Amino acid sequence: MKTQLLSALRLTLVMLVLCCGLYPALITVAAQLAPGHGEGVQISRHGRVVGFANVGQKFDRPEYFNSRPSAADYHADASSGSNKGPSNPEYLAVVKARLDTFLLQNPGVKAADVPAELITASGSGLDPHLSPAGALVQVARVARARRLPEARVRALVQQQIEPGTLGPDHVNVLKLNLALDALAGL
Amino acid sequence: MMNKELLGILLIFGSTMLLALPLGRYLATIYRGEKSWTDFLAPLERLLFRAGGIDAKRGMTWQQHLGALLTINLAWFVWAMLVFCFQGSLPLNPDHNPNMTPDQAFNTAISFLVSCNLQHYSGESGATYFSQLFAITFLQFVTAATGMAACVVVFNALKEGTTEKLGNFYDYFVKSITRVLLPIATVVALVLVFQGTPMNWTGKAPIVTVQGDSVNVSRGPAAAMIAIKELGTNGGGFFGANSAHPLENPTYLTNAVENFALVLIPLAMVFAFGYYLKRPRLSYMVMGVMTVGFLLLLAPTVYYEMHGNPAITHMGADQSLGAMEGKEVRFGAAASAYWGITNTVISCGSVNSMHDSHMPVSGMAELLGMMTNAFYGGVGVGFLNFFVFVIIAVFISGLMVGRTPELLGKKIEAREMKIAIIVALLHPLLILAGTAMSAHLYAGNPTEYAGWLANPGYHGFSEMFYEFTSSAANNGSGFEGLGDNTPWWNISTGVVMILARYLPIIGPVAIAGLLARKKYIPESAGTLRVDTATFGVMVFFVIWIIAALAFFPALALGPLAEHFTLY
Repeated sequence: MKTQLLSALRLTLVMLVLCCGLYPALITVAAQLAPGHGEGVQISRHGRVVGFANVGQKFDRPEYFNSRPSAADYHADASSGSNKGPSNPEYLAVVKARLDTFLLQNPGVKAADVPAELITASGSGLDPHLSPAGALVQVARVARARRLPEARVRALVQQQIEPGTLGPDHVNVLKLNLALDALAGL
Repeated sequence: MMNKELLGILLIFGSTMLLALPLGRYLATIYRGEKSWTDFLAPLERLLFRAGGIDAKRGMTWQQHLGALLTINLAWFVWAMLVFCFQGSLPLNPDHNPNMTPDQAFNTAISFLVSCNLQHYSGESGATYFSQLFAITFLQFVTAATGMAACVVVFNALKEGTTEKLGNFYDYFVKSITRVLLPIATVVALVLVFQGTPMNWTGKAPIVTVQGDSVNVSRGPAAAMIAIKELGTNGGGFFGANSAHPLENPTYLTNAVENFALVLIPLAMVFAFGYYLKRPRLSYMVMGVMTVGFLLLLAPTVYYEMHGNPAITHMGADQSLGAMEGKEVRFGAAASAYWGITNTVISCGSVNSMHDSHMPVSGMAELLGMMTNAFYGGVGVGFLNFFVFVIIAVFISGLMVGRTPELLGKKIEAREMKIAIIVALLHPLLILAGTAMSAHLYAGNPTEYAGWLANPGYHGFSEMFYEFTSSAANNGSGFEGLGDNTPWWNISTGVVMILARYLPIIGPVAIAGLLARKKYIPESAGTLRVDTATFGVMVFFVIWIIAALAFFPALALGPLAEHFTLY
């Protein structure tokens, strides 16, 4: 028993060196060659970091393409989903209110044109994407708020669509909005 | 659109199955100690054995195996407990996260020790880089290797002939790490890092967003941990949202690779079983039964997730992408459903979408995956669970045809049956008793425990039910709406996790030890053939009756009732 315990402790120590020392060190070194050098891929504008490419941020102003509702309010240090069950009446009331608000803010849009991701919260609360439909349905409002021709804004969205080889096509909201600002010369 | 997403999950599953076959053959080779192309690692292993003071050539009896396994697990428990309780003052804590409370540290240490990864904390604020690495990543390696080693001990017992010695625990344990887990984890981690998962040591990045909000972006040495979290089927996430988090799982490719990694070894272990015993047909039988069970759970989940929430359809919104609550756009509904089922039939328990927000039938399929816990199952231990059901099926078949029940030339007698039945019934007992007690507490004082449930009615019941099912299956996923960081949940699920990990390892290893000692009866015309489709059907129904039907009344109160109110 005593020798067994001693072996257990010694083996544990050796495995700590291997799995928690050498292995992470190797990955850290490799990360230096990766995009973002393992720090996360950052996006800068005018020399200032304005976000991480993969981490969603809050856009709720009319002149920007709005990102999805978030249970974490886009706090990137407290990721979380809403964990609301599909039949929860309070939750369904919130979804209905989001839909109504969206229709108010986007006159002329019909409920059937609003894709569900715009009225439901993502799993992480930090979803950086929208579906193409989720961006296109906002084009009229954004164009109006920015006094830009609708066709130009629509073309911008089309450019920003990242086709999913196997998964769904998607649009990165941060990149789209930065391109939009660039269009306006900001 | 839909077809593309379906093709996606088909490709992920197909490629996993295809690669599991050669990996299974490789596993059999290294565990048998035969020549393999990874023999260049032998000097490293000898070094590890010397440093550990271990004679890796000594044959061990089943009792010695269990002694070694439990002793080293105890050492890991103490280590992890110390790390969690004092993490605040240990190094590698750039975000200045606090110590865990003792009950939370107890729950977390147990949780990772038993490969369950129930997480009653969020990685961003509840753990430090030191804990993530030296406690959590460490346990993700060694507990997976423990499961694999225990599995090989059972393989040994089913060889022809009579023996006391069932190989060397340390030999299997160390080889599992050096020749399987470390190399594959490295490849997976590299894919993650190059797709944008962080692997850094500085703290949160403060940024001001385009709209002018101040936000802190959590990072850390995530890639190394996430790779082994999936590969070792542990499932504990680096960040709170687990693999739904866009840094933990940035693209569809990383999603496919992570999902591939977590299914790979459980499948390969089944093939390894056939090669190890030189009875490949036997592993096809096992694989067939497991795959049928898996697909039966997968199909309805994919269907319901891709069709969206009927209550939202009723509001008139467009649900062509499926039910999007709790899901990420880059994965879509099909890949989220596939992930949900693979992570529950296999006791991995990581999530890329929130199970609490899944449709009721999907939630039920996920519960059933954990209740059976043997359709593939966790690394090593999934096979052990299946083995228990095989013992029971052999016994029942034997009685049905009026022959002495035999498995591969060894008689199954009262002692083995008692152990198998205890292990098989322990699972429903722990789940149902735990849920019943919680429901009783809640119903007795709904105001005091109001913080427990995020959803009312049937779904609230499902949240408690899911928590105990997940603990007993050592799964670790959750209906995370449950407010579970309280002494009741930390301690009760902690106890359930210990019982549900070690008894299902001790039981099968003991049965294996007892069988190995018995006289070997060569096959004859009167032998019950276990590598046939008929026997496969028999095992399937044993699993279905014992593991699934036992839960039917509780399922009727939770997900089924919710389903019929929604549809």
